[in-house]
Amino acid sequence: MRPRLKALLGAACALPGASCVGWQSTLSPQGPHAESLLRLIFAFAIVCALVWILVVAMLAGALMRRRRISREPLASRPREERRLGMLVGAATAATVVVITGLTVLSFVATRGLEASHDDALKLRMRGYQWWWEVTYLDPRPDRIFLTANEIHVPIGRPVEIELSAADVIHSFWVPSLAGKKDLIPGRDNAITFTATRPGVYRGQCAEFCGLQHAHMAFLVIAEPPEAFDGWRRAQLTDASAQTTSEEERGRGVFTQKACAACHTVRGTSASGSLGPDLTHVASRRYIAAGLLESTRGSFAAWIADPETLKPGSNMPNVPLTSDDLRDVSAFMASLK
Amino acid sequence: MSTLDISSDPRDTGLDERALARRLADLWQTPRGIIGTLSSVDHKIIGRRYIVTAFFFLLLGGVLALAIRIQLAKPENRFLAPDLYNQVFTVHGANMMFLFAVPVMEAFAVYLVPLMIGTRNIAFPRLNAFSYWIYLPGGITLWVAFALDMGPDVGWFAYVPLSGPQYGAGKRADIWAQMITFTEVSALAVAVELVVTIFKQRAPGMSLDKIPLFVWSMLVTSFLIIMAMPAIMVASTTLILDRLVGTHFYNPAEGGDVLLWQHLFWFFGHPEVYIIFLPAVGMVSTIVSTFARRPIFGYLPLVLALFATGILAFGLWVHHMFVVGLPRVGESFFTASSMAIAVPNGIQIFCWLATLWDGRPVFKTPLLFVIAFIITFVIGGLTGVMVASVPLDTQVHDTYFVVAHFHYVLVGGAVFPLLGAVYYWYPKIIGRMMSERLGRWVAGLVFVGFNLTFFPMHILGLIGMPRRVYTYGPEMNWGSINLFVSLSAAILAAGFLLFFVDAIRSAFSGEPAPENPWNAPTLEWATSSPPPSYNFERIPVVSSSDPLWETPETLPVATGLRTDRRELLLTSLSEANPQARESSPRDSIWPFLAAIATTVMLISSIFSAWAVVWGSVPIAVTLIAWFWPKGTPEDAA
Repeated sequence: MRPRLKALLGAACALPGASCVGWQSTLSPQGPHAESLLRLIFAFAIVCALVWILVVAMLAGALMRRRRISREPLASRPREERRLGMLVGAATAATVVVITGLTVLSFVATRGLEASHDDALKLRMRGYQWWWEVTYLDPRPDRIFLTANEIHVPIGRPVEIELSAADVIHSFWVPSLAGKKDLIPGRDNAITFTATRPGVYRGQCAEFCGLQHAHMAFLVIAEPPEAFDGWRRAQLTDASAQTTSEEERGRGVFTQKACAACHTVRGTSASGSLGPDLTHVASRRYIAAGLLESTRGSFAAWIADPETLKPGSNMPNVPLTSDDLRDVSAFMASLK
Repeated sequence: MSTLDISSDPRDTGLDERALARRLADLWQTPRGIIGTLSSVDHKIIGRRYIVTAFFFLLLGGVLALAIRIQLAKPENRFLAPDLYNQVFTVHGANMMFLFAVPVMEAFAVYLVPLMIGTRNIAFPRLNAFSYWIYLPGGITLWVAFALDMGPDVGWFAYVPLSGPQYGAGKRADIWAQMITFTEVSALAVAVELVVTIFKQRAPGMSLDKIPLFVWSMLVTSFLIIMAMPAIMVASTTLILDRLVGTHFYNPAEGGDVLLWQHLFWFFGHPEVYIIFLPAVGMVSTIVSTFARRPIFGYLPLVLALFATGILAFGLWVHHMFVVGLPRVGESFFTASSMAIAVPNGIQIFCWLATLWDGRPVFKTPLLFVIAFIITFVIGGLTGVMVASVPLDTQVHDTYFVVAHFHYVLVGGAVFPLLGAVYYWYPKIIGRMMSERLGRWVAGLVFVGFNLTFFPMHILGLIGMPRRVYTYGPEMNWGSINLFVSLSAAILAAGFLLFFVDAIRSAFSGEPAPENPWNAPTLEWATSSPPPSYNFERIPVVSSSDPLWETPETLPVATGLRTDRRELLLTSLSEANPQARESSPRDSIWPFLAAIATTVMLISSIFSAWAVVWGSVPIAVTLIAWFWPKGTPEDAA
């Protein structure tokens, strides 16, 4: 790493509250793709830093070197000119060598990333302004399910995600796991990565997609295969039964008011498809694409005033009485 | 026209200095009064207007940059609402690219190229006037729209479908597209003028191997403009058609293609970077040679590097699209070509270093900016090599790493040389020196402020911060670096503020400048500071690429031009042998009126397609009047 970069990185990491092992960082890779990319970044950065140091040293030498007597601007000295010409030629040749080396390095890295896998976990992500619809695919139709803004993956197994966009261009990026890939209306893209260590990794839309581009995050939760299978089984079930009367009334509010026009809660009559599937919304860590942690209070706040929390969001302000709001937030919090 | 008191011979040959100067002044002077001011076709007056206007837009764009830095200084800041933030970064980018960077480089060329090649005015001087009068309303349109909360909010790249009819609400994206039209028309006009001027109006003896490097760089830049700008014209026009008439160029549901926009935009957008950077290269070559006190080392490699850069510039555009999912082979090609452009740029750096090494550097302010440029630009160039690698780019694309990269290239690579150029040519343009003492402060503050502001952004990108986000959560750990960046931006802003103070103050109270304060070698220093309306009393004749070093006291001149009408000397393309005398048009109000008519048409067309039909009528009328013979001696050429 170039010394300045290293020093600054060190300084940045030492600052209070800063952390370089962030959950959304190129510098803390958690899988083979991101690791290979980080090695590439370091290799390029080191070469570039050396080149920069050489150029600045040459500049300093040129400016500070002691000179003999002054002379006329046009006084020609063929020997000196020839010598300079050879130096410039050599520097140019060195540039060509360095550039060629880096190009080859880049091609090799590309090739290493390309391997395809038959046993990959397949899912589909579709970008909406400003959230992510997730479909877990399976040859058996009854094992397909929808969720949103949070994906679980088993460690050690490749994950292949089909990417598409419903409205404008978005970009899928989980720096700890892989580079990014755009979601483009009218085109099908895909990205493959593998997580090697269990953990929670954050991703965020990387292509400007309008008013709430800043609030279009999602989580990748990597867990051991058994835990993943358990999670998957739970996600396949219908919404859990309501245990309190408050939750029961909340379900009534949800299915009778505007909520059900846009959202699905499997096991109830709510089957809208404009907004995220909420069947197990309380099992997800965040709501509104990374905006708020999934607590009952957050549900209430979000339902009561989405426009203030996420201006421009397509979630409308549904007028509810305070009793309705309390009940519906209890219902939401029960959807584990 | 009254008959001038010319005995029998209308030529300048027999006249003494004073009589000649008086006669040329009568002939070339811009008339007084408001009509005269609006009619001027003097390339120096128009160039000066261009420069001042462009720097005013720099100031406005800089204020927006500071607003962005205030908003991002801490997590979840509420200084700018998301809607306003999106307008702010869009207008900042569009303004800096279209209203500042490209026009300011062309402005310097409009002012300097005719002087550097020893002619009396630019080719097509009325088109030149028109180009300024169409640039100004384009800029005003953008800023008035912004003030009315109608500013574009789709990014300076205006990707569809976000900017399309379905998602780009109101007239905001149309404002962006029409602002493009204004500035493209103006840029194309200037490019054509420069090519013709450089090809046909060079001083006798200025063969291709003796053209000053700044002029070479503007020639290559002009060709880039002529070849790149049509792509964005097509793009912005089809976007307006999609939005206004209901075509479906970019609607995938109707067989349109979203990526078509990106190809068109970047086919223009990447050369655009070199349209801004190559003039700066010319400025650096000029300043390096003058202050190293020796002819530039490697004149031929430098010229060839300009051409190589210009050609390669058209083979790189896809490196802005490495994450859209293109076929591997295509991506590999664009990686290789993007890497390859480092070679001509390297050659330039090495030639400048060789010149400084072998010369006797005089550390005046312009050279300080060049030193700052080399240190800073090389970082931008090297991070450019990094993002040219497809796999590496998939991690840093659309993050603050890229924000850092292109500011290193555009500010370090183009604005630093530009500031150096202002300190260098200010005495020629204004006739007064800028302050050397303040200049050192400006160079220091801008250099330190810039690097402290933008270097940490590389790290922000690597630790996951995407571009164009109006805020970020405290859980992201980006707060402290962002605060540091925002505080550093204040140093950078102080540097620019001091620059403006110095520039304005020096215009009134700077030390009067002699003809050639830096003892520079090129022709613009062979006339008074500021130059008279006719530039040179007699057209200089050159036999070297550094004519004023070759023959400091006795520059040979050519005679024989008429003094009863505006006349230029045309020379041959490669050897610059005298070929013909050519008349040069007089001042005219019609370019101004034609620009007003065009402005009305373009702005109305945002609201109704029929404006194109009805708005064409006044444009046709003004153009007919513009070209109608007025019975002046110049018509009889």
